[in-house]
Amino acid sequence: MKKLISRLEENKKAQIILFFIYVISTSGSLMLAQKSVVAFLLLLFSLLLLYFMSLSIKLKWLIAGVILIVLLPFSASQGPAYESYMEVSTLVGIYIAMALGLNIVVGLAGLLDLGFVAFFAVGAYTYGIFATKQAANFMPFGTYPLSGESFWFFIIAGCLIAALFGVLLGIPVLRVKGDYLAIVTLGFGEIIRIVFNNLDKPINITNGAMGLSSVTPPSIFGINLVYPSQFYYVVLVILAAVIFIVRRFEYSKVGRSWKAVRENEIAAQAMGIHLVRTKLLAFAIGASFSGMMGVVFAAKQTFVDPTSFTLLESITILVMVILGGMGSVPGVILGAAVVTILNLQVLTELTDWFNQLSLNGVISIPDALSPAKMQRFIFGGLLILFALYRPQGLLPAKQSTFDLKELKEEADEEIQPVIPTAEKNVNL
Amino acid sequence: MFAHIIQTLPQVLIDGLTLGAVYAIIALGYTMVYGILELINFAHGEIFMSGAFIGTAILIGLTGVGWIAAFPAVVTLILVLLITSVATGFLGMGIERVAYRPLRKSSKLITLITAIGMSFLLQDFVRFITELKNGNYIVNTPSLFSGKVSVSASSLSSSFDDATFKVTFIVVLIVALCLMIGLEIFVNRTKWGMAMRAVAQDPDTASLMSINVNKVISLTFFIGSALGGATGVLFALHYGTIDPYIGFILGLKAFTAAVLGGIGNIRGAMFGGLMLGILEMFAAANLSTITGNVLGAEYKDVFAFAILILVLIFKPEGLFGKAVTEKV
Repeated sequence: MKKLISRLEENKKAQIILFFIYVISTSGSLMLAQKSVVAFLLLLFSLLLLYFMSLSIKLKWLIAGVILIVLLPFSASQGPAYESYMEVSTLVGIYIAMALGLNIVVGLAGLLDLGFVAFFAVGAYTYGIFATKQAANFMPFGTYPLSGESFWFFIIAGCLIAALFGVLLGIPVLRVKGDYLAIVTLGFGEIIRIVFNNLDKPINITNGAMGLSSVTPPSIFGINLVYPSQFYYVVLVILAAVIFIVRRFEYSKVGRSWKAVRENEIAAQAMGIHLVRTKLLAFAIGASFSGMMGVVFAAKQTFVDPTSFTLLESITILVMVILGGMGSVPGVILGAAVVTILNLQVLTELTDWFNQLSLNGVISIPDALSPAKMQRFIFGGLLILFALYRPQGLLPAKQSTFDLKELKEEADEEIQPVIPTAEKNVNL
Repeated sequence: MFAHIIQTLPQVLIDGLTLGAVYAIIALGYTMVYGILELINFAHGEIFMSGAFIGTAILIGLTGVGWIAAFPAVVTLILVLLITSVATGFLGMGIERVAYRPLRKSSKLITLITAIGMSFLLQDFVRFITELKNGNYIVNTPSLFSGKVSVSASSLSSSFDDATFKVTFIVVLIVALCLMIGLEIFVNRTKWGMAMRAVAQDPDTASLMSINVNKVISLTFFIGSALGGATGVLFALHYGTIDPYIGFILGLKAFTAAVLGGIGNIRGAMFGGLMLGILEMFAAANLSTITGNVLGAEYKDVFAFAILILVLIFKPEGLFGKAVTEKV
């Protein structure tokens, strides 16, 4: 078996052929067996296989693009469960973007943020307030709700406002380190939630616990986007941009200074890294992704209320980052996908299945133990298990390490040709 | 405006003292663990919550066998407090052994994450046990001490309103006082207490002085958690209703109290707890009057967190703590 795998690793053609067989068979089965969640999950799993294949990066992106843009929507669209699959895929995309944002703060810069969902809330409310009649209560000019075209502007606005909030949180927190930071961010998350929950007086801005309903759907070229299958493409585009930006940042000067700050603040400062600027940038960029996705979330749900932004959400995003691997972009993408699908598909399917079983009288699972209610238990357990046994996560971040011996040898090799010529000169 | 504030002052003080006593004892658990391991034990709020549930379960059980009617309430109270604190003490010790000790050498971020995981795990564990037994995870604690006392503060000065308090207020205050004095004596007068202070100062040197550091850390967790559990019982008795999610926010505020008093400092935690309790009740009663109905009582949590953030910014070492410089 091991031999087979190692031989497969060397043989590119066999890899490609097997991969195509896999993709075609899974998408085929998704087309034929519409209600099969398994086929849907297996098709998504192909992207993970793709990650491990030894192909050039451009080719991988191309194949992944084809699968996500054409194959997945097409093969899911052949039956009644189409919209629910697209809903799940859209949410997976939203959570991936958020997890990538948190990954910058926690994974790269090493600042534990437990109130991350606050930025998501800021984004969601930014669009929610202006795309409903709510804004008319306090804005002296303009007519509200704004038209659907403004959505595209609000994606940028949500991004900027969330970044602003990130800096606002960052400034007081800069003097605070490590575990204090975790507590303060947690408190900040709660403050934001409580404020949104109570901001219906003296001026009704957020409509309090009632939430904002019937948010204007975004529109482009006169088409209103209302179905998850349409949002899917919006999310895909934003996600592609987010991944591109994250990758660029990771290997830039800023990214390296984040990592330096994470490893040792004092040493980083001694090397000339501006601590304040570096940390604030991490907060701002992390928050901005979250804010952007908040806008999309508000538009997609057409409903915003404070219960979507609880501490549990923040911890869920943290679980995604820890599960995938702190600081590792592919890992975090995997983690976010696994947790979201677990949350939305697997747990609810299991619950339905158990309900069926107890209806048929096979076994009876009490309502208290139904898997959909066990989120906290599962996520808590995952956090502990991963912290104890695999702190680097499922797909660990690749750190380029330098072996001192090898470096010396290389240096020697470079010097060596010089020495003989020098000797020759002496001989001459 | 001032007339209103002064009128409500007696009631605010009574409610604030009760809440403050609860905060103070929970803050002790945070501050002891932080003093020794420099770790925020997020699960401490959940240990408090478990204590409330264990105590309630015992009380319900005792009511079932007719114990409550047969014995005086004080005996029952002491019994319940003892059983609960031993149980939660072992729970805290177990958590330390399983989740924190293997990670003592790894980065602080990872330990913190385990602590959060632990807290979530405990919340849900208690939730489904209660829901299995009870059908609902919100539980009413049988009352042990009934009756209300009214203080005629208006006879002192006409600007005060009369205040009332439940008898449990006195119970909470007395038990809290006993626990705090007991802890002070334990930490300052006994050999184990001395070992604890030594480990808090420098674990490596302490281990050279033939102190078993692991044992001392276990003991610290035991005592902190036992105090937390006992407070849980007091909370359940006084407020009457508990659910599995009371621990998190309350724990967070108790931590705020610990920071306010200077983390690692036991007397500071007691003072910080009482102060935060009174401040919070004061905010709940008067925020809307002071701000002219802009901010209501809902903002009392925001007020507590704002205190935390302000303290951390302007005086991170707390009111009674010593400033430490980070060693390179």
